[in-house]
Amino acid sequence: MTPLEIELKALMLASLKGDAASHRSLLDQLSRRLRGYYKAKLAAIGRDTSEAEDLVQEAVLAVHIKRHTYDPREPLTPWVHAIARYKLIDFLRRNRGSLADVPIDAADEVMADDDHAGTESTYDVRRLIERLPEGMQCAIKAVKLDGLNVAEAARRCGLSESGVKVNIHRGLKALAALIARETRT
Amino acid sequence: MKTDDLVALLSTNVEPVDRNAVVRTLSIAIAAGTTVALGIAFAGLGFRADLATTRALAFLAIKLAFAIGVVGLALVYLTRLARPGGEQKISPFLVAVPFLVIVALAAVSLGAAPRAHWDRMIVGDEWLECLLSIPVIAIVPFAVSIWAVRKGAPTNLRRAGAFAGLIAGGASAIAYALHCTEDSLPFIAVWYGGTIVLCTLAGAALGPRLLRW
Repeated sequence: MTPLEIELKALMLASLKGDAASHRSLLDQLSRRLRGYYKAKLAAIGRDTSEAEDLVQEAVLAVHIKRHTYDPREPLTPWVHAIARYKLIDFLRRNRGSLADVPIDAADEVMADDDHAGTESTYDVRRLIERLPEGMQCAIKAVKLDGLNVAEAARRCGLSESGVKVNIHRGLKALAALIARETRT
Repeated sequence: MKTDDLVALLSTNVEPVDRNAVVRTLSIAIAAGTTVALGIAFAGLGFRADLATTRALAFLAIKLAFAIGVVGLALVYLTRLARPGGEQKISPFLVAVPFLVIVALAAVSLGAAPRAHWDRMIVGDEWLECLLSIPVIAIVPFAVSIWAVRKGAPTNLRRAGAFAGLIAGGASAIAYALHCTEDSLPFIAVWYGGTIVLCTLAGAALGPRLLRW
């Protein structure tokens, strides 16, 4: 087991318990590795690596939304790799890429390159949030952008506290779907 | 938008996550799907009238053991397939065990019977009813299973769909067994086994469309 796997898995376990700093550090490190992975993959199949940033953000969002599917008894790297690869194949299918070009890769490839040269994605998440239904929009803005706690957000949006949580969860899923539609060429 | 900004957004006010969510959602879904299937079989077909006789009970037990074995094994696999990369940790051949057992029992039972009885033992009177009932009753358990798998994150959609179909077929067979009066091992092997396989194939065909996320 590599030191990186051990470090990232520890961050993941803390993040599953609700530790925001660990979650941030995990997503930050993963986004850099994912950037290296996607740039390498897109280059290998002869596509423009400028699409990598969109894929990084899709995968980061997927890691966040689907983090409950990580089984703590298993290593983290294969789980991240499976998501990264799934999102790559899904992206190519949407963009009429040839799937036959995607070679089978080993799980550690997803962690192979550390690339922090982030660029802007082709879409603006804040603008996409404006397109969500009222409740989801208000809950996400209050909790995720303005940093209010759930009780304060509930008051501002006129929702119950569990309603705020449900709206954030559904809103992020809807956001992921909007991003997928936005990046279809 | 910069990825750093997205990471900041996602890391603000992080909620703790229920790590058993995948297994629990699937288990509840399968239990609910089986209950609905039992209800549909009871309301639509009625349970067999001779349930008090030893012979009927013995065959009911065989049918249930087969169907419950299928559902139980398939559930173990589906909880893995509902997670990213889960398809890499399993070789799904263990689910064939209940099918192999029932086929072996059927072969033994055919071997012990005179050839003239074979048609009757395999085809019986209710083959058409069985062929139609199990897939139809399987629709609700299939829908609930797909809903539950969608709560996870399958990365092999065809295989996850196939296992959702397998579970639905098995749950439906549990329900149909309470109605079916055809008490012969070859009948169970061909018509129960065959219709469950049909449900599995349907699930594999529908999986990529229904499970995308």
